[in-house]
Amino acid sequence: MSALTDRLDACRAEGRAALVGYLPVGYPDVDTSLAAMRVLVEAGCDVVEIGPPYSDPVLDGPMIQHAAAKALEGGVKVDDAFTAVRAVAEAGAVPVVMSYANVMLQRGWSCFAKDLVAAGGAGVITPDLTPDAAPEWVEAARAEDVDTIFLVAPSTTRERMKLTCDASRGFVYATPLMGVTGERASLGDAAQRVVSEARAAGAERVCIGVGVSTGAQAAEIAGFADGVIVGTAFVRALGDEGDLESLRAKVAELADGVRSAR
Amino acid sequence: MTDSLQAAPGPYFGEFGGRFVPEALMAALDELTDAYEKARIDPEFTGELDRLARDYTGRPSILTEIPRFAAHAGGARIFLKREDLNHTGSHKINNVLGQALLTKRLGKTRVIAETGAGQHGVATATAAALMDLECVIYMGEEDTERQALNVARMRLLGAEVIPVATGTRTLRDAINEAFRDWVTNVETTNYVFGTAAGPHPFPAMVRDFQRVISVEAREQMLALGGLPDAVLACVGGGSNAIGSFDAFLDDEGVRLIGCEAAGDGVDTGRHAATLTGGRPGILHGSMSYILQDEDGQTQPSHSISAGLDYPGVGPEHTWLSSIGRAEYWPVTDSEAMDAFRLLTRTEGILPAIESAHALAGAIRLGRELGPGATLLVTLSGRGDKDVEQAARWFDMLPEGDA
Repeated sequence: MSALTDRLDACRAEGRAALVGYLPVGYPDVDTSLAAMRVLVEAGCDVVEIGPPYSDPVLDGPMIQHAAAKALEGGVKVDDAFTAVRAVAEAGAVPVVMSYANVMLQRGWSCFAKDLVAAGGAGVITPDLTPDAAPEWVEAARAEDVDTIFLVAPSTTRERMKLTCDASRGFVYATPLMGVTGERASLGDAAQRVVSEARAAGAERVCIGVGVSTGAQAAEIAGFADGVIVGTAFVRALGDEGDLESLRAKVAELADGVRSAR
Repeated sequence: MTDSLQAAPGPYFGEFGGRFVPEALMAALDELTDAYEKARIDPEFTGELDRLARDYTGRPSILTEIPRFAAHAGGARIFLKREDLNHTGSHKINNVLGQALLTKRLGKTRVIAETGAGQHGVATATAAALMDLECVIYMGEEDTERQALNVARMRLLGAEVIPVATGTRTLRDAINEAFRDWVTNVETTNYVFGTAAGPHPFPAMVRDFQRVISVEAREQMLALGGLPDAVLACVGGGSNAIGSFDAFLDDEGVRLIGCEAAGDGVDTGRHAATLTGGRPGILHGSMSYILQDEDGQTQPSHSISAGLDYPGVGPEHTWLSSIGRAEYWPVTDSEAMDAFRLLTRTEGILPAIESAHALAGAIRLGRELGPGATLLVTLSGRGDKDVEQAARWFDMLPEGDA
C-alpha cells in the first residue's frame, strides 16, 4: 500500500474515479507552473503528475512538446520537478512524476527514487521504460517504496500485459488508443477494452490516460476505470500566458466528470 | 583467439544497446525481430536480397586505388570501397532493400523513415517505389533546406516528405517524429530505420545488411595481396562504419577507425563527435553515448554534413570503443572539406561530405604511418547532393548567387 493506492481507494469508496492531472514543470515558467499545480489540487485533482522537462519526448504530441521546449528554453532544471513534488504534496494531492528514462538515468536510478521520496512523491510513470528494459529501476524503486507505474497499450500482447501489470505498483496506466498524447474525439470502447485486459491480467487499479479532454469523456471512463488522467487539455488551458483561471475552469469540468459517472 | 566479435546478435553489446521504447511499440519490435530471425536464415529471403544487390544495386562495389590522393597522405597506399557507385548513390540502399523485403514479409503496406542528408530517405523512397509500398519520410526542416535536391528526388519517387520543424530541426527531431508516427500507425506501418542505432533489433539488423561492405572489401584486399593496416569510415549513427568493420573485427592486425564529425572543433562545443565528447545515456531507444547536459537533455549537434549531424551513435560502436577494438577520431568541418577538394582534384571522384570525414582521417593516418602502410577507406556516398554546399564553402558560386 502507498499514499497513491490509499488515495485511489478513497476515491473508489466515494463511488467515483480519481482525477489525475498532468503538467510539465517550467511551463510557461517555473513559478507559474507551480501555481498551476496548486490550482489542479484546489479544483479537484486527486493526484498530480509532474513532468520534468525532456528534450526528446517521443510519446508526446505537439501541445506537450511545445510546453516542454518552452520550459527548457526558460532554463528549467530537473531539480525543479522535485520542488514541484513538494508543492503538490503540501497542497494536499498525491504527487507522482512522469519522466523519460534518460532524465532518471542521468540522476541515477536510485538517486531519482530517493530524491522523489525526500520530496514527498509517491511514484513514477515511465513512458519509454518498460519493466523488462529496466530491472535496475524496478529494484531501486522497490528499495525506496516508490510506486512503479508502467503503461499498457492496445497493442500490448497478453504475455506482456501480465508482465507489465505484475511489475506495476500504484496503478497501471492504460492508453486506449495508439499514438502520442493529445485530445481525441472518441475513446469509449477502446478504453473499456484495455481496462478489462489489464484487470484480467491482475491489475488492481487501472487509470486511463492519453486522449481525455472533456468532462463527458471523463464521466464515461470513470464508469469503468479507477482514474482518469488528463494532460494536454490542462496544458492547453494554461497556455503560454499562464492563464490560471482558464485552467481552474477546465479542471473543474473534468472533476465534475469523474464524479458524475456512477 | 577468443570468441569472434563478428555479427554480435544484440540486444546488448557489452552494456550498450537494449530496447528503451514505449510499450505500444514492443509488440511491433518483437514481431520485427522474429521476422528478421527467420528471414536471415531463409534461402528465399537471402537469395532475393543477393539478387537485388547484384541486379539492382550493382554489387559487388569496386575497390579503387587512389595514388594521386595518397601522395598527399604520406605516400601510403589507399583504396576506396566505392559505395558511392551503388544505385541511389550511397551505402544506404544495402540496408533499405533488406528492410523493405522484410516489410513485405510482415504484410505491411506503408513504410516510414527518417533522413538527415536525404540519402536514407532517397534509398527508402526508391525501395518503396520498387516494391509498391506507401512511403513517408521525416526530415528536419534545416536539412530540407540544405539538401533541397534530395527532397525533390524523394518526391519524384512518389514519397511524401514531411519537414520537421520542432527542436533543432535536424535528424534527431526527424527520428522523434518518425517514432511518433510509428506509435500511431504501427498496425500498417514498418519503420525502416536508417542507421545502426535505435532499439533492438535495428543495430544488429542494420549492421547485418551493411556487412556486405566489409565482406566484399576483405576478399578484394586479400586478392590484391593482403589485409589493410587500417579500415576507415565516417560515423554519424554509424551504419556504413559498422558494415565496413564487421568482417575485419577478428583480424587483430587491422586497425578500425571511425571518423566522427567534429564540426567547428570538439572544444568549441559545436560538433557531433559523440564518442569523443559524449557520455552514456538513453536516446532513441538504446543505451549508448550521447551528447547531453548534466540533466540528461540532449545537446544540439553541429556538422557541415547533415548525415553526421546527430548527437547519438550506434551502441555497437560504443561497445567497440569501450573494449578498445575500434578508435574514433574527431574530424572538423574544414579538415573534411579539404579532403573533399583533394579527392575531387586529384582523382576526379566527388565524395559525399560525410565520406570526406573518413578521407581526412586517412590523410592523418597515412602521414603518421608513411609509405609502407595500406589503408582501406569506405567512400559511403557520392557528393552530387553536396555540390551547392561545397561551392558555397569554397566560394565558387557566381557573384550575387552565393
